[in-house]
Amino acid sequence: MVNMPERWEQESWEVLPPGGIIPEAGNSVRYETGSWRALRPVVDMEKCTHCMICWLFCPDSALLAEGGYFRGFALSHCKGCGICALECPPKCIRMVPEGSFAQEGA
Amino acid sequence: MAVAAVKARGSPRPAEGIAASLSGSLAVAEAMRQTNPDVVAAYPITPSTIMVEKFSEFVANGQVDTEFVAVESEHSAMSACIGAAAAGARAQTVTSSQGLAYMWEALYVASGTRLPIVLHCANRTLSAPINIHCDHSDTMGARDSGWVQLYAENTQEAYDNALMAVRIAEHPEVMLPVLHSQDGYTITHSVERVELLPDDVARQFVGEYRPRYPLLDLKAPVTVGPIVSPTYYFEMKRQAVEAMERAAEVIHNIGQEFGRMSGRYYGLSEEYRLEDAEVALVLLGATVGTARVVVDQLRSQGMRAGLLKVRSFRPFPGDEVVQALAGKAAVAVLDRSLAYGAAGNPLFQDVCSALYVRGMHVPLVNYVYGIGGREAMPNDLLQVFKELYRAADSGQAGPAVRYLALRE
Repeated sequence: MVNMPERWEQESWEVLPPGGIIPEAGNSVRYETGSWRALRPVVDMEKCTHCMICWLFCPDSALLAEGGYFRGFALSHCKGCGICALECPPKCIRMVPEGSFAQEGA
Repeated sequence: MAVAAVKARGSPRPAEGIAASLSGSLAVAEAMRQTNPDVVAAYPITPSTIMVEKFSEFVANGQVDTEFVAVESEHSAMSACIGAAAAGARAQTVTSSQGLAYMWEALYVASGTRLPIVLHCANRTLSAPINIHCDHSDTMGARDSGWVQLYAENTQEAYDNALMAVRIAEHPEVMLPVLHSQDGYTITHSVERVELLPDDVARQFVGEYRPRYPLLDLKAPVTVGPIVSPTYYFEMKRQAVEAMERAAEVIHNIGQEFGRMSGRYYGLSEEYRLEDAEVALVLLGATVGTARVVVDQLRSQGMRAGLLKVRSFRPFPGDEVVQALAGKAAVAVLDRSLAYGAAGNPLFQDVCSALYVRGMHVPLVNYVYGIGGREAMPNDLLQVFKELYRAADSGQAGPAVRYLALRE
């Protein structure tokens, strides 16, 4: 395991690993793809059956699960693609424009 | 193979060489057999076919442990080599002409991912019109792809380069793929006396490859080939530039190490009767051999002619070239490929730039020769020397770019 600097973007070419290789497993956790999001998934927990279909389909592992139950979205990594909303059997996920959360400062 | 043990020249006590009569293709196949790569992926194309045909016989006979991948195209050949090299394997391929052109986008993936693949190329021109004969259009087309480029002069050097290429590519300071060029037919199909290293000596020289970031090392997982944003891409390319510059010293050192072992020493360039020469040729590839004969002929007539052979075209040995050419009355750079619309052809451009950035002026002309397999005979090269003397005497260089042995 190579110790990678926390902020690679400040490092010179002489320090970075060669050829775009990422010698550190799982560091995409630090890449907050949630900043790209235009639509935010919002769940109606009264309709949710905890079937976990959304968890299975999410391409970014941005659904939180605990003990076999759905526990919400990891918004720092959710890109807002809407696959969860499309696949949800009881249709309890809505995609809401980020702008409508602006006043909450979210 | 006719085999007789002979004592190799040089010191200290080089290995016993094995003399053989081989074409360049068969000699390179022998080097591949001795290297015993983990993976060879190739698709046949004239004039490179014999190299890989012979090597596949070694695979079929169990003389090597190589996984031979008979791919459906050169694009796949290079892609398979990239996958194998990323996994941590020593990977090689063989091609020519359109085959190299078809590999083009993958060539950049190999160098950009810093994978030390070795490609043995039998130089052949590019279509159209279709033509299977030699010029350097194929490898010069890959000039800026981030591959080290070595050009062999003869069968012996093709064999030697095939072994040294592995060490150069895999050197930790380099980690770049190497394109090992040999003039199609002139080298690949002509039978010459060649001295092979004994198998154990060759194997010891090539050594074992220890990849730094093998994809299959489950204890140190890595991601290979991720998308790289503008925040990092430029830095990655700067690293490859540095690696190419470091390759110069590595090529030199490995050429000297090879010399101590075999009696045959190699650098990035080689001067032939150049030191006191008034006029000189700069060239690469098999025509260097013809040019040596012409230089000898002129010398025997009392004329001070010489030549500079460029063995490593990438990295280009700018300092050596400038030092070698300083003070010459007139110099002809011979190119066996065309750079349409440019201010001169590939080798000429590099020689010009190397001189200019070091504040040096030497009267230079550029001759294009041998396109599509047109022969460059001794009389053609004599003609070049005559024109150089005329230019030196008159102080008039004349047109910068000329075409040798072309019907005007």
